[in-house]
Amino acid sequence: MSRIGVFVCHCGENIGRTVDCAAVAQACGELPGVVHSIDYKYMCSDPGQALVKQAVAEHKLDGVVVAACSPHMHEKTFRKTVANAGINRFLCEMANVREHCSWIHEDREEATQKAIDLTRFIVEKIKHNVPLEPIKIPVTRRALVIGGGIAGIQAALDIADGGCEVVLVEKEPSIGGHMSQLSETFPTLDCSQCILTPRMVEVYQHPRIKLMAYAEVDKVEGYIGNFTVTVRQKARGVNASLCNGCGECQKVCPNKKIASEFDAGLGKRPAIYVPFPQAVPNIPVIDRANCALYKGRARNAKKDACKKCEEVCGRKAIDFDQQDTFLTEKVGAIVVATGYQLYNIKKEQDKEAISGYGEYGYGTIPDVIDGLQFERLASASGPTGGKILRPSDGKEPKTVVFLQCIGSRDPAKGIDYCSKICCMYIAKHTMLYHHKVHGGQAIVFFMDIRAGGKGYDEFTRRAIEENDALYVRGRVSKMYRDGDVIKVLGFDTLSGEPMHIDADMVVLATAMRPQPGIESLAQKLSVSYDRFGFINEAHPKLRPVETNTAGVYVAGACQAPRDIPDAVAMASATASKILGLFSASELEREPLVAQVDQGTCAGCFHCVRVCPYGAVEHFEVKDRKGNLIKTVAQVNKGVCQGCGTCQANCPSKSVELQGFTDQQIFAAINAF
Amino acid sequence: MAAKTSTDKASFKPRIAAFVCNWCTYTGADLAGTSRLQMAPNVRIIRLPCTGRIDPLFIIKAFERGADGVIVSGCHPADCHYTSGNYHARRRFAVARDVFGFMGIDPKRITFSWVSASEGGKWAEVVNDTTARVQELGPFSAYREMEARV
Repeated sequence: MSRIGVFVCHCGENIGRTVDCAAVAQACGELPGVVHSIDYKYMCSDPGQALVKQAVAEHKLDGVVVAACSPHMHEKTFRKTVANAGINRFLCEMANVREHCSWIHEDREEATQKAIDLTRFIVEKIKHNVPLEPIKIPVTRRALVIGGGIAGIQAALDIADGGCEVVLVEKEPSIGGHMSQLSETFPTLDCSQCILTPRMVEVYQHPRIKLMAYAEVDKVEGYIGNFTVTVRQKARGVNASLCNGCGECQKVCPNKKIASEFDAGLGKRPAIYVPFPQAVPNIPVIDRANCALYKGRARNAKKDACKKCEEVCGRKAIDFDQQDTFLTEKVGAIVVATGYQLYNIKKEQDKEAISGYGEYGYGTIPDVIDGLQFERLASASGPTGGKILRPSDGKEPKTVVFLQCIGSRDPAKGIDYCSKICCMYIAKHTMLYHHKVHGGQAIVFFMDIRAGGKGYDEFTRRAIEENDALYVRGRVSKMYRDGDVIKVLGFDTLSGEPMHIDADMVVLATAMRPQPGIESLAQKLSVSYDRFGFINEAHPKLRPVETNTAGVYVAGACQAPRDIPDAVAMASATASKILGLFSASELEREPLVAQVDQGTCAGCFHCVRVCPYGAVEHFEVKDRKGNLIKTVAQVNKGVCQGCGTCQANCPSKSVELQGFTDQQIFAAINAF
Repeated sequence: MAAKTSTDKASFKPRIAAFVCNWCTYTGADLAGTSRLQMAPNVRIIRLPCTGRIDPLFIIKAFERGADGVIVSGCHPADCHYTSGNYHARRRFAVARDVFGFMGIDPKRITFSWVSASEGGKWAEVVNDTTARVQELGPFSAYREMEARV
């Protein structure tokens, strides 16, 4: 027979006003198994908790039901209290008679009856509670950071500076991400590369950071504290340990006409290249799709077409036969910092839900460029050496039209959200343009100016008031090429006048989208993503850098559109979370996980199919001689998150979620 | 407890069981409380980690034990705390609906809804709507009558 104590809290007047707490205590005291039932003004206060402790000792309680606020509020408090009193903390449960009762009802009689019911359910449930011990799992004090943009760099440096090892995986040949492409950054107008490249070098030289550039995560197994990650190191065609980055190979490569990714297609690069001079690591890769040798080999040519880079390399570092290699890394935590790509306005889109801009010619007008291309034009390291020259004929544009919210906030195009950074970088562009092209006119079409942030609104005001940018509130309905100019037909919604502008160049503030392939990476990591592909955080307010898979964290623009300070702040937050996780050699987890009764399990493995975490494994039951008797399911306690989907699906009811067993729940329903 | 329920329609007070997930609807109902949204006092919540944990037998059992209606509510699609538990629940109930009918339970007595942690108002609506609907349908007496015959 159980010895249960019921403790009814008045919560000052919060519960007591509508619920007759004394009546609840009395009614519950009459339930079978309840040996002690009292009410008190403030159960969570020190004297209140002392009452619980005292009762546990005096009445030798083996179950404590606190009828008070939501368990989300004080379950931890009271479980700690009973643990201090010497009984297992999972023998304490709460009945929610405040949020779910006294606060939402006025009729005292009805509310009191409901409170009695709610408490009775929990009393019946707790009769089937069993003591549970926290699960201890070892932690590998080493982190994986996916993505080497500013967020990934910051996370890696912070974790490494905190004393733990980091593996940084970047899919491009160099780390640096989009930030390395920017000319100057808002709102301070400091040079992006000047603040970024020292951080990149720091990563490269850090004794605790293992940098794997030109590599991708292939497979992720395991769980918090114990991940095994397979990384595919893509073949550069260059032996990284021999190459000293002299750059001779790039000079002799005959194919120098390839559109440079780093210059957003505005500049050219050879087939063997480093993306930009400050690249880290400064080791070239061979672009196999454009290299004459590989193209020849693909055609089964008898002789290699060109080996100029190999001939000129004094270090003998060129290795045409290099293959992709797979490396296994053991880590305890993972940061996803894969960043963004820009929406393109073309007809063909990678997702059905997203469509292009026919009204702007689907990206066929050469002098209609996007924000990143403008960054490259304005950058001193860019294809024009920092001069604003339009791509079609290299002339200085005298009228530049900037269009905000291209794709963003446009459900008709399939992107409903605000991309957050565009208002700011367009203001920056108009300033840079004003500084570089004297007498030039910048015209901005905007929907709203969203400049929330420290010094941000002042910045956009400066663009308008001191840099002569003409801001027009409205949209552009059509753009077409007419001889030398682009006809821009728009509408000024404030004056109510249509606008016809002859522009020399148009810059589109296209939407930020997650990187291609984010869905498949998210699936490898068992983290969820929204319909746009952004990784979901565990809680939008209180757990913004955790994901719903323990041990996997998220930083930067792969979670939502972010600017640099946001991305850096998130990255540092993930680092602090991870260093906290690594501060102990063992992890303690709530033991509310599923457990299989291997005696009754028939091995149908329905549970394997429904488990969102891949936590159910096959286990072979053998006799003493080692002969296989049957294969059954087994739950990995480290991976299981305790949703209980397996239990609801199990045909033989052989798997039970601790804390929410069938016995416990049916007992509660039976009390209905 | 079943015997207490009055069969007189005017004084009939429906008793409704709600099986809700811990992360969205339970928290949404908490928010309704914090926001002091007044609602019908007929619903009793039973907390589960996830709608994926809900066995259709829970619902049948609740009716057997005197419930006149049942609410099942969890996270919105794509919002599940456990990634996909709510999808499993949704599929399960698409099938179970027919079984309930077969077992003499009018599917109108069962509300299946999504209420997120930020939708306190929606929770109050679900509670009020379900209570009103069950009030209209009258007490669920099929099982008690059957019991009486046996």
